[in-house]
Amino acid sequence: MDAILLQFLNGLDKGSAYALIALGLTLIFGTLGVVNFAHGALFMIGAFCSVTVQRLLTLSHETLSETEKDFLGNPLKIKTPYVQDWFGPEVGASIIDWSVPLAILLAIPVMLIIGFVMERGLIKHFYKRPHADQILVTFGLAIVLQEIVKYFYGANPIPTPAPAAFAGSFDFGALLGLDTVIAYPYWRLVYFGFSALIIGAVFAFLQFTTFGMVVRAGMADRETVGLLGIDIDRRFTIMFGIAAAVAGLAGVMYAPINSPNYHMGMDFLVLSFVVVVVGGMGSLPGAVLAGFMLGILESIASMNEVKAILPGIDQIIIYVIAIIILLTRPRGLLGRKGVMEE
Amino acid sequence: MSFNNLTRRGLIQTGVVAGAGLALPTYLRADAHTGFTNAPTGSTVTLGFNVPQTGPYAEEGLDELRAQELAVEHLNGEGDGGMLNTFSSKALQGNGILGKKVQYVTGDTQTKSDAARASAKAMIEKDGAIMINGGSSSGVAVAVQGLCQEAGVIFMAGLTHSNDTTGKDRKANGFRHFFNAYMSAAALAPVLKNAYGEDRRAYHLTADYNWGWTQQESIAAATEAMGWETVNNVLTPLASTDFSSYIAPVLNSGADVLVLNHYGGNMVNSLTNAIQFDLLSKQVNGKDFQIVVPLYSELMAAGAGSNVQGVIGSMNWNWQLQDEGSKAFTRSFGEKYGRPPSNSAHTCYVQTLLYADAVERAGSFNPCAVAEALEGFEFDGMGNGPTLYRGEDHQCFKDVLVMKGKENPTNQYDTLEIVEVTPVEQVMYAPDHPMFGGADATLGECNPGA
Repeated sequence: MDAILLQFLNGLDKGSAYALIALGLTLIFGTLGVVNFAHGALFMIGAFCSVTVQRLLTLSHETLSETEKDFLGNPLKIKTPYVQDWFGPEVGASIIDWSVPLAILLAIPVMLIIGFVMERGLIKHFYKRPHADQILVTFGLAIVLQEIVKYFYGANPIPTPAPAAFAGSFDFGALLGLDTVIAYPYWRLVYFGFSALIIGAVFAFLQFTTFGMVVRAGMADRETVGLLGIDIDRRFTIMFGIAAAVAGLAGVMYAPINSPNYHMGMDFLVLSFVVVVVGGMGSLPGAVLAGFMLGILESIASMNEVKAILPGIDQIIIYVIAIIILLTRPRGLLGRKGVMEE
Repeated sequence: MSFNNLTRRGLIQTGVVAGAGLALPTYLRADAHTGFTNAPTGSTVTLGFNVPQTGPYAEEGLDELRAQELAVEHLNGEGDGGMLNTFSSKALQGNGILGKKVQYVTGDTQTKSDAARASAKAMIEKDGAIMINGGSSSGVAVAVQGLCQEAGVIFMAGLTHSNDTTGKDRKANGFRHFFNAYMSAAALAPVLKNAYGEDRRAYHLTADYNWGWTQQESIAAATEAMGWETVNNVLTPLASTDFSSYIAPVLNSGADVLVLNHYGGNMVNSLTNAIQFDLLSKQVNGKDFQIVVPLYSELMAAGAGSNVQGVIGSMNWNWQLQDEGSKAFTRSFGEKYGRPPSNSAHTCYVQTLLYADAVERAGSFNPCAVAEALEGFEFDGMGNGPTLYRGEDHQCFKDVLVMKGKENPTNQYDTLEIVEVTPVEQVMYAPDHPMFGGADATLGECNPGA
């Protein structure tokens, strides 16, 4: 039971990432009808926003040490970040320490712009093309984006630590009065809370604003909304930007969990598509529900006790569940009639 | 089907063209004239450097390529000569190999066996490469070694740490300078015993492929021999990026040591996840919890950042060594590229020089003559102390480094420190050791490709 609870908690942050990426995918599919295989790359770019902010904050000037030598025997170059010059050593170090949360400020405008440029510059030309064409062009775009990131940042993972205040883990076992340790890293708790906040914000935006109402109407019947004189295309473009920002923010906060590398978007992309399909094409609540469900099931399947009975189940559980759900509910968990069925 | 258009003249023309086409590859292959594949006939000789230029190990491949370019420079008498000045053999004069200027071609392994074989094949068949060197994965090394054996060229392996490369998959045309999983374990065990005691319970996370299995088998055997108990060994898929679900159960398993039989991105992520779960600050069985990473590399340590601090592992070579060979190579590399070399760069550099030296001593590029010159060759001045290229399995035997993540690094390259240089005697084993294929493992016959 303790082990299941442990893996349930573990699945929450995996599920958070799946849910956030799948939410963005569904937003794009639901509004523009585009199957966006570049969405994982947007998640990766978000993570590299964290790296970029960390690098900007650690931009330094060099002074030569009088005592220490470098590996060639030359005087060691000691780097002092400019922010420590400007704000003092302690405040400067704190600012650098909080570079990941600060990266959110950079990621929002950057991801919105990238989203707008992607949609206006490339994807709008493929609205009326078959889904296979959309997949090809967005998959190609994803490869281009990751190669650009690799060119500037290299192929190695780049450590991007969370603020020191969130180092360590919380023991749920002690909280629940159990004998066993149920450790859960603080930053993963933050990530789960952050994801819940973003998901809530997106739903509130769509549910309680006039803009959101028009978008929902457009998702239901684009033609009629257009006939009312509303420029639905412009709103959908904005939604593409918002979806990109959601994926980017998921990436920003994920950077301390796994050191960003140029390939990380691809690792999430396929799973996120499965999440979208299981949740129901075009269904935002379905995407979120399926994201968390599959994240938790994947964690539980990786328990040694489960693998002892079904070896390798942790690698295929998501696909097995997807097959079962699609056999029993062909439109996915919360899929709407008519989506991708014409 | 109709043959109405077939004429005598057309038949002759077609036959001539087809015959010429079929004969062309044979004509272009020098082995038809000299008795071995790609025998150099002009004033140059071509080496093939097969390294990961794309994919997850691209950074490591780039460092290997830097070292290989440096080796070519030194062989051709350019630059400061690097390790040619400290190498115990004085056969190389800085005038190329056997008087032929060295040139090179490169291939991209992509850290995929099929891609690596394809790029090596292209370098051998199209570019005339007479030796293949490089790589950052045991799967790739075994695959390319097999190809070189079939093609009749020498394979000087790069970074490959699986026991199998010079164990059950050893080949007469393949040579490994890099150490292996058994040597890592043999070097680490006494250090771990001194640092953490004899009464420990270890939990292994192991990358589920050839290298991971041999690494786990080796370290488990070595630590169990000194009294440790192996509580569990969990195989993790190579494609894993988030290891939290594998690490979460460790604290409740009764283990007080976590052994991460991971390399590359797997190592960076699993170690990062383990630190997030705060394992190193826990106490289990009345002892401080510890993490061990049997195989370290500088580039991976940089990727893991501060997470490596205090964590023990092993390496083939490190730029901080103070012998004359290491200092010469680090100086050459550092002045050219502005950074210290990694141990994968070192092994590729040394392998290139060792190949060239063997050709000089053999007086021939014939791969079988070169293999004979390398077998049983004893040398020094290449950074690892006195070294033997054992004839029975083509494995180099030399000192092994035990490393620890540095507590207070002074710069981005200062991530690891040398804890101990384990003498070669401690890591030796018999050529028919069971972990290396036993008595059934043989090199086979050298293939000159004729």
